[in-house]
Amino acid sequence: MNKQATAILLLADGTTYYGKAFGKTGTTTGEICFNTGMTGYQEVFTDPSYYGQIVIMNNVHVGNYGVKESDVESATVKIQGLIGRNLEELYSRKQAKGSLDEYLKQNNIVSIEDVDTRALVAHVRTKGAMNCIISSEILEVEQLKQELAKVPSMDGLELASRVSTQEAYEQGDKSSPIKIAVIDYGVKQNILTCMTSRGAHVKVFPATATLSDMKSFNPNGYFISNGPGDPAAMDYAVDTLKEILQEDKPVFGICLGHQLLALANDIPTYKMHHGHRGLNHPVKNIITGLCEITTQNHGFGVDPEAVKSNSNIEITHINLNDDSIEGIRMKDKPAFSVQYHPESFPGPHDSRYLFDDFIGMMK
Amino acid sequence: MPRDNSIKSVLIIGSGPIVIGQACEFDYSGSQAARSLREEGIKVILINSNPATIMTDPMMADRVYLLPLNVDSIEKILTENQIDAVLPTMGGQTALNLCKEADELGIWEKYNCRLIGVDVAAIDTAEDREKFRQLMVKIGMAVAPSRVANSVLEGKEFAQQIGFPLVIRPSFTLGGSGGGFVHSKDELDEALNRGLTASPMHEVLVEKAVLGWKEYELELLRDQADNVVIICTVENVDPMGIHTGDSITVAPAMTLSDTAFQEMRNKAILMMRSLGNFSGGCNVQFAQNPETEELIAVEINPRVSRSSALASKATGYPIAKVASKLAIGYNLDELKNQITQTTSAYFEPALDYVIVKVPRWNFDKFKGGNDTLGLQMKSVGEVMAIGRSFTEALQKACQSLENDALGLGYYGKSLMRSSELIEYIKTPKWDRIFRIKDALMQGVTVKTIAQATGIDRWFLFQIQKICDLEKQLSKYTIETLPEELLKEAKKNGFGDEQISRIMRNCTEEQVYEKRKALGITRVYKMVDTCSAEFEAKTPYFYSTFE
Repeated sequence: MNKQATAILLLADGTTYYGKAFGKTGTTTGEICFNTGMTGYQEVFTDPSYYGQIVIMNNVHVGNYGVKESDVESATVKIQGLIGRNLEELYSRKQAKGSLDEYLKQNNIVSIEDVDTRALVAHVRTKGAMNCIISSEILEVEQLKQELAKVPSMDGLELASRVSTQEAYEQGDKSSPIKIAVIDYGVKQNILTCMTSRGAHVKVFPATATLSDMKSFNPNGYFISNGPGDPAAMDYAVDTLKEILQEDKPVFGICLGHQLLALANDIPTYKMHHGHRGLNHPVKNIITGLCEITTQNHGFGVDPEAVKSNSNIEITHINLNDDSIEGIRMKDKPAFSVQYHPESFPGPHDSRYLFDDFIGMMK
Repeated sequence: MPRDNSIKSVLIIGSGPIVIGQACEFDYSGSQAARSLREEGIKVILINSNPATIMTDPMMADRVYLLPLNVDSIEKILTENQIDAVLPTMGGQTALNLCKEADELGIWEKYNCRLIGVDVAAIDTAEDREKFRQLMVKIGMAVAPSRVANSVLEGKEFAQQIGFPLVIRPSFTLGGSGGGFVHSKDELDEALNRGLTASPMHEVLVEKAVLGWKEYELELLRDQADNVVIICTVENVDPMGIHTGDSITVAPAMTLSDTAFQEMRNKAILMMRSLGNFSGGCNVQFAQNPETEELIAVEINPRVSRSSALASKATGYPIAKVASKLAIGYNLDELKNQITQTTSAYFEPALDYVIVKVPRWNFDKFKGGNDTLGLQMKSVGEVMAIGRSFTEALQKACQSLENDALGLGYYGKSLMRSSELIEYIKTPKWDRIFRIKDALMQGVTVKTIAQATGIDRWFLFQIQKICDLEKQLSKYTIETLPEELLKEAKKNGFGDEQISRIMRNCTEEQVYEKRKALGITRVYKMVDTCSAEFEAKTPYFYSTFE
């Protein structure tokens, strides 16, 4: 049995957990959150919306089926750190290219295992999201406290521009009559795939792109992507979106994109107590009456009262657990958005119809 | 849609005698159903021929009939009571067969009694292998190549076309009785004869055997609005070729990627939606080629099954209880999660623990019986253990078998050398898991064992972890045993007695006293359906070490 080195997890409220080091040896900081999904760890780790966050995986065995090149949502690992009960070095999958441990090392991700993740999740659920630090090199709690104090709060933090592409790029069939301009605030690859597999030609623009940049592509519609950080700190994005809405072309937003559509309609957003992250969140489509099990990953939400009192906004989807707003559409524009992730990679495919709807609006 | 108020009284059909292949699971589902309907103010009338059940306790139903499970009894009950609807999905295949028989005779119609939670055509399709195969072909779902035969001659002809190994599956039987594998021509006649005799309709399916493929089961619930949720995914540690009831199983699935799992989920939903129009529980089984991840449908059961009981206990989601509510008209989004009482019943449970089920056999009571495991279920019961790792759950389960096993350590049995062990584990028998551990202890590689058994390497790596710990423990005495190692052993499910036997010259009490002094004591965790995301109001607990 290999003797694994000790690692420490310290939360901003002083809670300390000792565990075993996994992945890269070092120190990392970020906002702690938990994910209840039981499959798809690699997709979660590469999801740009997790930028700046340290993720607790509630599922007790992670790494069982190794890692595979195509099971990613972006080219690199985006989480800041990983906390697990049993992180597995040995894996079994014919199609896999390597182990989770090697993968985390290659991507410089400091991780900790052998932690009582259930107790930790219950703590975060009660106390709310907060910053934390994991280290397998500094084993002095006092020193860790000093390091942790330097980390800014996620509240008011603009992170989207840090994960956005620097250069515009295209995907899909260039001869397609359906052209979609995507603003990248941390877009997940499978969102693009869900559009290109439906015949669309997409061009992905940096977060700072202007409307005229995008208009030069002659798009039939605009897609406002998911991404990390506080939407309320993204005035530039809201301004761009307001200009886009003037075009009267179909607009679809997911997650951060949903929050930005709300802000563009003067609906405020707020930081949630501990967010929704997992693959089993129940949503009801109140237009059709049907329900869908959704993938979610958000720490901010849109103000339900402001949505309800806005006469130009119709609520299309609600969360069956806490009645939070999951989907909206504008009455006077062909614009709609959802808080959850219909591209669901990982997660159930119940909500893929939204991409059909979006493409349908451009035909 | 809210509850259908025209249903004021419901007949529940029990599953009759406890036999191998159909045990007390249906007592559990029948009792849950009775409770769930009475909660709604519905009068519950229950029939079961087996008085040694919870469901026939006078307090469970408004009226209990201890009568033979036949059409005459049903007619007697319908004459004596005003019954609006019959719920036949809680009593396994026995209840469904009786319901069907009564339906064919027009009994339900005669007494104006509706069938709820079931679709007779769906049962027919699910049970008739040929109809099932045709439906799968229609919806584009792959199945193993097969043909239906009604005579030995036909069976032989099809066997020639399909090639060996084959499975012979008789139509409409319980727990796979009468079925079996045929590896070569010489076994064919006997297998066909046995299968044809076992089938009430003298019909068997001659099917290509996908031996060695990985086996999975999904438990689904559907409501009238066609909303579907997956309550639980169960992975069989033993590959295809052993009846699920005789397989060691684990939940959640341990070796499935999200892409592979979502394909399974999509196909399970497609299969359930293609099969009639009933609201309630359903179980779908798949086989997955471990090399290519190619998926084939094995079977679908449009009812609460043996596995539903396990899935309910494994997740905390009361499948039979909710299925009963769906049968009387509710939609999933109109019901609450019974455990949290605040969140919706329309959701998919998330687990932050591992469930391992190990069957319990009683071959010593069946002298001369063939103890090789196969298509026909032979176990007489099962144990379910919960742990914060697969190793812990597996060892706890083995510990609970009451067969002298101490965790995965089973002393005084294996005198076999490694070469003999490798041969031995090629044939699935009740003690295979213990012999695998013996082989690993003797230094046989995971690769060799995976080849011999078809068991996924991941499970073997975990058993290897148990062996490594055992070897470490054996180096110490109770005085020298390091705290870290003792803690690690407890986390991996080692019992105090097991540890004391490994270290020798030490007693269970000494191990207990030592870990108590070191503060290595049990903690209790909840089975709450939601991985601690929400506060639980009525959870149940398991013990573990953290």
